[in-house]
Amino acid sequence: MEAKEIIFYLLAALTLGSGLLAVTARKIFRAAIFLLFSLIGIAGFYFWLQYEFIAAVQIVVYVGGIVVLIIFSIFLTQQAGTDLPNPPLRRIIFSALAALFGLIFSWMLISQHPFKPGAESPVAVSVANIGSMMLNVNDTGYALPFELVSILLLAAMVGCIVIAIKSRTETAN
Amino acid sequence: MEQIGLQHILFVSISLFFIGVYGFLTRRNLITMLMSVELILNSVNLNFIAFNKYLWAGRLDGVFFAIFIIAIAACEAAVAIAIIINLYRSHKSIDVESAAEMKY
Repeated sequence: MEAKEIIFYLLAALTLGSGLLAVTARKIFRAAIFLLFSLIGIAGFYFWLQYEFIAAVQIVVYVGGIVVLIIFSIFLTQQAGTDLPNPPLRRIIFSALAALFGLIFSWMLISQHPFKPGAESPVAVSVANIGSMMLNVNDTGYALPFELVSILLLAAMVGCIVIAIKSRTETAN
Repeated sequence: MEQIGLQHILFVSISLFFIGVYGFLTRRNLITMLMSVELILNSVNLNFIAFNKYLWAGRLDGVFFAIFIIAIAACEAAVAIAIIINLYRSHKSIDVESAAEMKY
């Protein structure tokens, strides 16, 4: 067994184990920390696949941004230290059955499908290549989605402030 | 032991996807449901990157899909947390069962 395989199985164990703990932990704060480790495991997979830029984006946006946002919202909305209630046994059984069925079904599909690699020669996934394709206006470029995402980010930012702001009449009551 | 290829990564990714689905179905707290959605989005991203690496190494399309999904997931998380904080202010609870005014 090579080092590459050992690292793959370690990353898979880290990602799946902490993902499973993130959806079953009784304390919401622990669930957020397990989610953090699961996202770090995914970033490790990107490093393992040698997509370093995506791994860096994953760490910056997810680990540095979204998980911190989730932890802050836990502090704002949850009484610290209270456990989440146990879901009813019936719901656990049926959800687990649904998830297991979907897992087995898609695993059968994947294991029978012959994946054929494309014949093109590999392109380096460097920041220079990604940047020049991102702002390219040819039909292989991504300038239009880039602009759309920037407008979406602006709209989401304005929307967040409008939704979460305390209105004057509400504070007067 | 066979060489690690696309199917191993796809197995990790669909396992993570259905872990997220399980969490989404069992949890009743809005923040934990949002965390399950983040797991699902991450498994999809891993899929895109693996397909780009193993099947379409000559193009960068999978990388761009992953980048745009990450950006949209950030928007979604921010808006969802704003809504959750607003809901907590009016209901003093973020359980999905407590927000039932528009149910009937």
